[in-house]
Amino acid sequence: MIEVQDLTKAYGSVTAVDHVSFTVNKGEILGFLGPNGAGKTTTMRILTGFMPATGGTARVAGFDVFADSLEVRRRIGYLPENPPLYPEMTVESYLDFVARIKGVPPERRADRITDALQKAGLADKRNELIKRLSRGYKQRVGLAQALVHDPDVIILDEPTVGLDPKQIIEVRHLIKSLAGTHTIILSTHILPEVSMTCDRVVIINKGKIAAVDTPQNLTSRLKGGQRIRVEAQAPEKPLQEALAQISGANRVQTEAASGGHIIATIESAPGQDLRSQIAARIVEKGWPLYELRGVSLSLEEIFLELTTDDAAHAQPAA
Amino acid sequence: MRGIYAVYRKEMGNYFVSPIAYVVVGVFLLLSAFFFNRILAYFIQQSFAMEMQSMRFGMPPEIDVPSRVMQSFFGILSSLILFLTPALTMGVYAEERKRGTMELLLTSPLTELEIVLGKFLASLSLFAIMLLPTASYLAFMYFRSDPLPPWRLLLAGYGGVLLMGASILALGSFISSLTENQLIATVLTFAAVLILWVLDFGASGTQGALTQVLAYLSIIQHYQDFTRGIVDTSGLIYYVSFVILFLFLTVRSLDSMRWRRA
Repeated sequence: MIEVQDLTKAYGSVTAVDHVSFTVNKGEILGFLGPNGAGKTTTMRILTGFMPATGGTARVAGFDVFADSLEVRRRIGYLPENPPLYPEMTVESYLDFVARIKGVPPERRADRITDALQKAGLADKRNELIKRLSRGYKQRVGLAQALVHDPDVIILDEPTVGLDPKQIIEVRHLIKSLAGTHTIILSTHILPEVSMTCDRVVIINKGKIAAVDTPQNLTSRLKGGQRIRVEAQAPEKPLQEALAQISGANRVQTEAASGGHIIATIESAPGQDLRSQIAARIVEKGWPLYELRGVSLSLEEIFLELTTDDAAHAQPAA
Repeated sequence: MRGIYAVYRKEMGNYFVSPIAYVVVGVFLLLSAFFFNRILAYFIQQSFAMEMQSMRFGMPPEIDVPSRVMQSFFGILSSLILFLTPALTMGVYAEERKRGTMELLLTSPLTELEIVLGKFLASLSLFAIMLLPTASYLAFMYFRSDPLPPWRLLLAGYGGVLLMGASILALGSFISSLTENQLIATVLTFAAVLILWVLDFGASGTQGALTQVLAYLSIIQHYQDFTRGIVDTSGLIYYVSFVILFLFLTVRSLDSMRWRRA
């Protein structure tokens, strides 16, 4: 449904998107994961025809986003990072306007508006002025706007930003329910969001794709470098030595905490769970153990991991 | 076509809920009514004075009150339009850019031309609606005149007002598309209109070809013909090409928005 080939966008000397390639199949939900400024929004804006690329091609439903921009725009529903709303309009008249500019035929307009209102959970806000709505509801109006013409492709830029936890769950359910009949790209910088909603993930950092995979594969790849955090009351040096002796422990870092406690972080080899061995070792030494838990990697660390991982793979080949 | 109508409809809706439109139309009607009243009173007084003189010296009265009133009134209208119309177009694109709704318009299956025409026609409609009540002032005078003044005076006058208004609206829309700031858009539009206005004065000091060029470029020069009931093709061409030029530039400006960092 969507084919992106070597897409590049440069702003002067800054390359926001650097030779990005990926495809999205029909009915699939693709997640764009990356920190702020990674190039997610730029890629989406190129796909929606809002701005042209500097290089490479992108096709939506077989139409080139630059050469056949109108055909592409007809097939895309787009929710930008800030929902594009007219505060002085009512929800219904706003959706009517969007339906008109998206070319929904007059006889289907009323049905489409009702459907979009229902899907976005706005049925009771129909006649409300948009400026009177809360942030969460405004976001939903933005979502309804992207659905109103029943597009083949839906592109959502950070759809859950500014919503409360309950609303986030609702929006995720909505997005999941749209898959199959619609092809969806959504961007986020929240890791769990991707694993909950997406079929496939594109991890993008500094304009480059770091990885494209299913959330399951990605999670297992990331489990590769597991980390365990230990808090115990022990002398620093002996603790470090004791932990380092455990087979499979690659690196042990220690730092002093309050109350004579030491916090140690142990990095282990892929696929090994050292927690029971660590507990046993500390108890064996007779040190009081206060905490023992696995540490999940932050998004930045994931990028670091993925990029260094790629570098490690690349070296033997060269 | 459908796209133009969709944009037009939304713009008109926004005008009718926006305080700016009400303030501009209200101030315009108040001032135009005041000036009409003063002008009418002045010329009636003049005609009385002339009549008194003619009784004493036996000269025939030579003042055509309705035509003189209309000419002066259309003259005043042009000044009011200069001051007030930039406020009608200051937000058309600047506001969309600021709110991020430009992104909605530019990712919809609308061409830039459809957006520009929809918005321009909406502002022109509001402008016409603003002018409409002033016709009642003139109608009031018209049907009490004996003999009735020629219709072409009235039609040419309003034609001139509409053409000049359309030019200022097209210019204002273009300037609004260059900035996110409404205030900057207003000030720049006002300055641009003023310059086009005073080109006329500049022309009076010079001689030769330059005088003619400057006089032709002045936005008010052609308008004066219309207020005298003369529909001159050179004036018509001036205003129509002025509007087309700035609508075209606005289309280019929207297009260039895609190429800049939004």
